[in-house]
Amino acid sequence: MEDIIINENQIKQEEYIVNMGPQHPSTHGVLRLKISLKGETVEHIEPHCGYIHRGIEKMCERLTYQQIIHLTDRLDYLSAHTNNEAVCLLVENALQIEVPERVKYIRTILDELTRLASHQLWWCAFGMDLGALTTYFYGLRDRELILDIFEETTGARLLQSFNTPGGLMNDIHPNFIKKVKEFIVHFRKKLPEYDELLTGNVILRERTNDIGLLTLEEAISYGVTGPSGRASGFACDVRKHHPYSAYDKVDFKEILYTKGDCFHRYKARVEEMWESMKIIEQLIDNIPEGDYAVKMKPIIKLPEGEYYQRVEAARGEFGVYVLSTGEKYPYRVKFRSPNFSNLSAINKLGAGHKIADLVAIGGSLDLVIPDIDR
Amino acid sequence: MNAILNYLKELFGGIKTLLTGMKVTGYYFVHPKEIITQQYPENRKTLKMFDRFKGEVTMPHDENNQHKCTACGICEINCPNGSIEVISKQVEKADGKTKKELDVYIYKLSMCTFCGICIKVCPQDAITFSQGFEHAVFNKEKLIKTLNKPGSSLKEKVKEVKEVIE
Ligand code: SF4
Ligand code: SF4
Repeated sequence: MEDIIINENQIKQEEYIVNMGPQHPSTHGVLRLKISLKGETVEHIEPHCGYIHRGIEKMCERLTYQQIIHLTDRLDYLSAHTNNEAVCLLVENALQIEVPERVKYIRTILDELTRLASHQLWWCAFGMDLGALTTYFYGLRDRELILDIFEETTGARLLQSFNTPGGLMNDIHPNFIKKVKEFIVHFRKKLPEYDELLTGNVILRERTNDIGLLTLEEAISYGVTGPSGRASGFACDVRKHHPYSAYDKVDFKEILYTKGDCFHRYKARVEEMWESMKIIEQLIDNIPEGDYAVKMKPIIKLPEGEYYQRVEAARGEFGVYVLSTGEKYPYRVKFRSPNFSNLSAINKLGAGHKIADLVAIGGSLDLVIPDIDR
Repeated sequence: MNAILNYLKELFGGIKTLLTGMKVTGYYFVHPKEIITQQYPENRKTLKMFDRFKGEVTMPHDENNQHKCTACGICEINCPNGSIEVISKQVEKADGKTKKELDVYIYKLSMCTFCGICIKVCPQDAITFSQGFEHAVFNKEKLIKTLNKPGSSLKEKVKEVKEVIE
């Protein structure tokens, strides 16, 4: 038989385009990534958004400020409380209302619990993205305790809508303080387990070290905030640099790493869990007595003008922009969602890596798709 | 030589990290009680939700089949999703005056986002959240509920009773 002689030049190296998503488990929602491949190497990534677009910003134009709050839950549902707080702070600052100290303390504690719950879920999902199914059970076990605390006080596990302009919907449950303390004791024992299970693991190290590098300049120019930005050395913690609620009263470290690869994004989040616990511990014993809300007018009208408020959600800087014409409805609302900016860097992060690494990169950005599409 | 040493070091180092992880999983393998959160639906009989849990909006009635809703419609205006519809009727009282009373209180569970605004704004505290959470039904129409029970009437207000005493 004659040998088939292949001329190297005759094989045309073609780009091969595949879709990852919208129904792909590792995109954590309905995100579609159009990926150009050369062999198994990613050449270019083009995210396509809009599969879960609900027109929330437009809907807000026909809702009162109090009603808007329940929609912000549905942006980044894992930082529901923080998003609520952004709208409430905006309204309170615009009307120059000083909320009681008690409200500030409770809001801050709930913020940090939200962040813990969110990072726990991220941790288990990240492990699962990389093939470690066990982590899922361990992370959810601890998250369950936080959700129970939320459920007892706010009435809901995920979409709490607990904030309202001027304060909170309800006072904290009598068991709240006891349960939070119990949780901190429990989680201080369990968090080292996370390190034993995953952080030191050779497979995780191999799959995340030097994967998806993002330099400081790139992080700033793409607006990558939150733990993902801080892993590149971008000091962008709103809690530290523009403190709101009770963050000016607590002492905590802004976690900064320099390398900006997947492993440092991983480390930044795990370290943040320790800091969150530290913040809660400083506040939980000193919640001042007082009202849980100030009395507001039944119809809230913001004075004419533009307003902007930012808070640090679990994934980065969440901002609300409101243009008011003095009516009870806002004229225009715009949300600056952290995930949208974080996603925009994905081409920079993923190009040049293997397609399997893209899963690790997506996981390390901790994307929540409803927040991107709004 | 060095390459082989490095290789062996990496190999055994890797195995060591795997064993560290397996120590944790092994512990929970023999202590399964510590990792289980809840066994729903096996625990359905004993499962008690928290008092504040936002299951669905209900209108509590007392033993005389009376509720507190005056059909003012504040909850309807404040609901962001239009899930409440208050239909009132004019009722002639014994003294000849006509008074607005609640006819049907329609609550569309399918459109409710459990924001809790209706309950917060109700001046009479006539509605509350119940703790049921198993809402699944086969037919969408079943999610449109009438909250006031048939034949129910408005509870006399405590304030009015006071006036009588005076
Ligand atoms: S439930 Fe309350 S707010 Fe709604 S109509 Fe009845 S009394 Fe008014
Ligand atoms: S809980 Fe919110 S969405 Fe549901 S009926 Fe009440 S106001 Fe409407």
